[in-house]
Formats: sequence, C-alpha cells, structure tokens
Amino acid sequence: MSAPTASADDGTSTTTPTLELRDVNKSFGAVQVLHGVSMKVYPGQVTALVGDNGAGKSTLIKSIAGIHAIDAGEFLFEGRPVTVAGPREAAALGIEVVYQDLALCDNLDVVQNMFLGRERRNGILLDEASMEQAARDTLTKLSVRTLKSVRQLVSSLSGGQRQTVAIAKAVLWESKLVILDEPTAALGVAQTRQVLDLVRRLADTGHAVVFISHNMVDVFEVADRVAALYLGRMAADVPISQVDRSQVIELITAGRSGELGLQSAVAEVGA
Amino acid sequence: MSSNTVSTTTSDKEPGGAPAGFEGDRRDDTSLGGIVRGYVDRIRGGDLGALPAVLGIVVLGILFAALRPETFLTPLNITNLLVQAVPITILAMGLVFVLLLGEIDLSAGVVSGVAAAVMAQLLAEAGAPWYVAVLAAIVTGAVIGLFTGSLVGVIGIPSFVVTLALFLGWQGVTLRLIGQGGTVPVRDPVIIGVSNQNLPVVLGWVLALAVVLVYAALQLNRLRRQRSRGLASEPTVIVVGRIVIIAAVTLGITALLSIDRALSAAVDLAGIPYAVPLVVVLLLVLTFVLGRTSFGRHVYAVGGNAEAARRAGINVTRIRVSVFVIASTLAAISGIAAASRLGSVTPGSGAGNTLLYAVGAAVIGGTSLFGGRGRVRDALLGGLVVAIIANGLGLLGVQAYLNFIITGGVLLLAASVDALARRRAAATGH
Ligand SMILES: Nc1ncnc2c1ncn2[C@@H]1O[C@H](COP(=O)(O)OP(=O)(O)O)[C@@H](O)[C@H]1O
Ligand SMILES: [Mg+2]
Repeated sequence: MSAPTASADDGTSTTTPTLELRDVNKSFGAVQVLHGVSMKVYPGQVTALVGDNGAGKSTLIKSIAGIHAIDAGEFLFEGRPVTVAGPREAAALGIEVVYQDLALCDNLDVVQNMFLGRERRNGILLDEASMEQAARDTLTKLSVRTLKSVRQLVSSLSGGQRQTVAIAKAVLWESKLVILDEPTAALGVAQTRQVLDLVRRLADTGHAVVFISHNMVDVFEVADRVAALYLGRMAADVPISQVDRSQVIELITAGRSGELGLQSAVAEVGA
Repeated sequence: MSSNTVSTTTSDKEPGGAPAGFEGDRRDDTSLGGIVRGYVDRIRGGDLGALPAVLGIVVLGILFAALRPETFLTPLNITNLLVQAVPITILAMGLVFVLLLGEIDLSAGVVSGVAAAVMAQLLAEAGAPWYVAVLAAIVTGAVIGLFTGSLVGVIGIPSFVVTLALFLGWQGVTLRLIGQGGTVPVRDPVIIGVSNQNLPVVLGWVLALAVVLVYAALQLNRLRRQRSRGLASEPTVIVVGRIVIIAAVTLGITALLSIDRALSAAVDLAGIPYAVPLVVVLLLVLTFVLGRTSFGRHVYAVGGNAEAARRAGINVTRIRVSVFVIASTLAAISGIAAASRLGSVTPGSGAGNTLLYAVGAAVIGGTSLFGGRGRVRDALLGGLVVAIIANGLGLLGVQAYLNFIITGGVLLLAASVDALARRRAAATGH
C-alpha cells in the first residue's frame, strides 16, 4: 500500500536525478516513521522538503546520509542503485549534509573547520597554505562577502556566517548533493537573505540541493521542486510551478490538496 | 551536467588581487594604535594568551627581588629556580593535552613516581645501564597512559573518577616498589647530571644562537610565503616583535647562566644545566605536534566540539586514549627529571601537591580547564610562575602552612581567570 504520489514532471523528466528514492521504509522498533517514500532530486535544482514536525524529514535525510539504515526500498544515485552504509560512504558518493546544529568547532578558524577530518598534508605537516587557498576559492566562488577573515575563529562569527561556513564546507568536497536541514531557522532577516542566496548559488553551480524549511516564503523563493512529507508518506513531489502556497500548506497539514496528495483513505489511515 | 563541483584546486586569481571580502586577511596594520586595538579586542574576547603568566613572572620577580635582594636574583638562585621548574613544566606539558579535551588526569603526578621508582629499582637492584632504566620508565608511563585512556575513552568512565582512583592505586604501587619508609638513591652519573651538570658555556651559546636564528628564519620565511601567496598573515611588527622577545629571553638567560655562579672562588660553576635544553626540545616537539599535524588539529577539534569531530570522521576514542598516553609518558619523563634533581626516589615521589602544581602551571599559563584552548608553552610559562612562588617563599622562609595556602590561592586565582575569560568569550561572541 505504497502512497500514490502525484508526480508531474517538467523539463526534468529527461535528466537523470542525482538522487532517486523508491519506496523507502524506515522503522524505529515498532514505530514506522517512513512509509514507502519516493523522491527525486535533480542537479541544478533546489528541492524543498517540507512537512510538519515529526513528519519524518530529519529521518529521511539521515537515511540518505547513511546515519540510519533503511528497512526497505531503493536508492539510486545518478541512476545507479547504491547502498549507503555510513556517513563516510555517503561522503564518498558526493553527499554532504549541513545539520541543523551545524557541527562546527568554535575554537578553530574557518579554514580549519572547512577541512576538519580531511586535512591536506605535506608529509606529516599540515599544508595550511593550500587549505587556506582552497577555502578562499570556494568562499569566493560562492560569493561569500561577509567574512572578515578566513582565519577568524568560528566562535566570533554570527549565526548567518556560521551557516555560510557550514555550507561552504559541504561544497568544498566535490559534493553533488547538498542537504540542508533548516538552514534559516535561527536567522534574522538579513542573514536569511544571505543564506537563501547561497542556497540558490549552490544549485546554479550544478549541485542538487535538498532544502528543509518551514517557511513558505523561503521555499517559494529558492525552490524548483517541493516534496511534502505527511506522517511519513510522500504527499507530493512536484515542480514548484505546479503548486501555490496554500496548496503546499494543505499538503503539509492534511496530506492532500485537491487532485494532489495522498488519497483520502490513506491520509485518514495515516492520521 | 558539466561542472557540478566548486573546484578546490588552483586559484585563477592573481595573488594579492583581493577577491571580495576577507579584507581582514590583507590588512597590515602597522600603526601602533591598530596593533594595541587588536590586542585589546582579543583580551576583551576572553583570550588572555600569555598575559597572566608573563605578568605573574614579572610581578613576582620584582616582589621577591625587593624582599630578598641579596639572594633572589643571583645567577645561582636563578639556575636553581629553572631546574626546580623542570619537573613541574614537563608534567604540565602532558596535562595540556588532557586539559585540551576538557578532561583531567589527577594521577599524572603519582605516575611520575611509579616511573621513577621503576627506573631507580632497575638501576639499584638490577644494575641496569641508565638508558635501559630510562626507557623502562618511559614505557611504564606510556602503558599506564594506555590503561587510563582506555578506561576513559573506551569504557567511558569520567576521567575525574578514573584518575582519582588511580591516584590512590599508583601510590600503592610506588610504595610496594620502594618499601615502607624506604628511599632508593639514584647515583647514576648520567641521570644525576641532567639536573646537576651544565653544558659547556661555548656550546650553550652556540645552541642558544642556533635556536634564535632558526626561529627567526622560520617565522620570516612563513610570513614571506603567506604574503606572496596572498594568504592571511600577521602584521610584520608583531612577527618581528615576537622574534625580538624570543631572542632577548633566550640570549638573556644564556648570558645569566654563563656567569660563574660558584660560591667559592676556587671552583668554576657556569653554563646551562642539561635539564633546560631537555625542556626546550620537548617544547619544540610537542608544539609541532599540536600545531602542525592533523593529530594536533584533531585534539583541538575534539576539545572544541566532540560531536562535530565525530561527524567529520575523526576517531574521537583514539584521540581520547592518546592524550592520556602522552600525559603519562611525559609524567614519566618528569619523574626522571625529579629523581635526577633530588638524587633519590621515595614512596612520596610525585604524590602530595605535585599534580596540583602542574595543573596550576598549565592553567596559569593560559590552558583552559573547559577544553579547546591551550598551548604547550603555557606549561613552561605557568611552570616558571609556580617555581618562582616555591623558590621565593623558600627564600623568605615562610612556614609550610602558609606555603600551602598561598599556592592553593594562586591556583584558584588562575582557575577564576579561566572561568571569567570563558564567560567573557561567551558574552562577546568570541
Ligand atoms: N532515533 C529515533 N528513535 C525512535 N523514533 C524516532 C527516532 N528519530 C525520530 N523518531 C520519530 O520519527 C518521527 C519523525 O521524526 P523526524 O524525522 O525528526 O521528523 P521531522 O524532522 O520531520 O520533524 C517522530 O515521530 C520521531 O519521534
Ligand atoms: Mg527535524
């Protein structure tokens, strides 16, 4: 009884999705959190992943990142079936996740954080010059203009700057798919602006981007597609041009909206 | 689907051709005002650096020089003071690694006692050559550290509890090795010589000059490379200032230790005690490990945010275990240095307030008890402060009870400064 999803395609139907999920199930003990979730994420596009609290968004991205093993379903990365057994394997495929809590070390500077765990070396010596240069190049290409110095301690950065560093860190690594868990949740207006611009630029530089957000203004501003989770089921995974704001809100809160979404029976079973 | 990655390889920008932003990296603010402002900003942000320790050395130096003008600042006493500082400093160097993770090793002092007892017994009972005894002591330290580290890092017992238990346990082992009320003399000339023999004066000068020249060359070369590649660099004045200070201190101490300090005119007593270059070598090696290798980087990362380090693929358990191995290994070396100075090992070696002095040294030097902040040189600067207090109070002939109270007070003061600096840092977002 996999949830039927209304998946209409635009020009993307000819492109291979960077990531495709087919009928993914995930349970924690007796509690099934994800029910037959299918989803497509395309290169050069921002896919907004929306859903109420507890809908399973974080569980879904942790499954993609290899932190949770899925119980059933298929993963296709650039068209090839893959199994992601751990964070390292996800990273090796080119999947980078920017978690809600960012996971930066306050006592290290921007460059040191960006290369943490994957330092460049000359023999046993850290190759500081090359790391700094690469960090600078990445930040410059993402048009990050708000940092005073790449040798600034992360503890001295604002929330938006920290988010920027976390995103740039993800992009540094030949990443193909960048997943951002609520990157603007804790930010003010100006900082949200910077981060949204950055998310857009990530897609414009060819990355496939998954962007989790509760904010409809943000979603409609940067997203190309929207995927709505309702109680662990994918209610819709459609180009954003095919929905308006009230429909997305309906999908989030009721699992369906007019023709779109879960059949009412399924929605009721879920509820 | 062409270039979907942001290239991380070569830069197509001309060096120095500043891309937007990062103007802070390109500033060479040589105005005195700018430098002072930068420094004040850092202190405001809670990063006191070497300031408290340097202030402590200067103020205490002036105080004791005023109170005991005829004894405190003599070359003989300065030499004694430096040799006195050696065991504390080496112990504190190892503790810096543990403190960087926000952990504590309360057993490091008595581990130095166990290692020294092993060495002394091998020399006295088994008649082993000095290098075998020294090696055995160091291996003892390393193995003990592996044990402590595994209990903390693998099993997950809080380090405070593990090392408090071991603080008692290892004292028992030392007592067993030495025997109740016993004293094992250390007579080996090489080991005794570490604290009681001096480098030939000429060799001392050569080494001191070499240290200064190599340091200056490395610093200036790095600055030149950073500038030519358009990387972040410090203002020239700061770098040159640091070279001048290091040169002045190194050459000044060398000059002082090269004066004949014999009390009778009949003998010659001059030169740098061997223990001093031992500390300098450890300082250089450990500073290199902490500042220039990925291992060191990972120690800071785990101390700053263990979860972030874990997600970055760092083996946090391995880092936890290794800092305890480093601390205990250095504790063993510290125990050897102490035995060399005192000429014997007793059941009380490394017990009592040894550990407290060493933790105090690290904290006074600027290493945080909360983890994430600290350098190897903190142990040296703080070790000097602690040694000056001990030496000065000794010259003043204060009673033992006062000695305890004053030393405990200084440790509390240093810990308060640390805690306040941390609150300050949190408040200013530094
Ligand atoms: N490790 C876990 N063990 C058990 N239940 C979990 C675990 N993680 C998440 N859940 C449950 O899964 C559901 C979805 O959670 P989550 O994926 O965090 O939702 P979202 O991120 O959309 O708010 C929630 O009911 C939550 O309680
Ligand atoms: Mg969540």
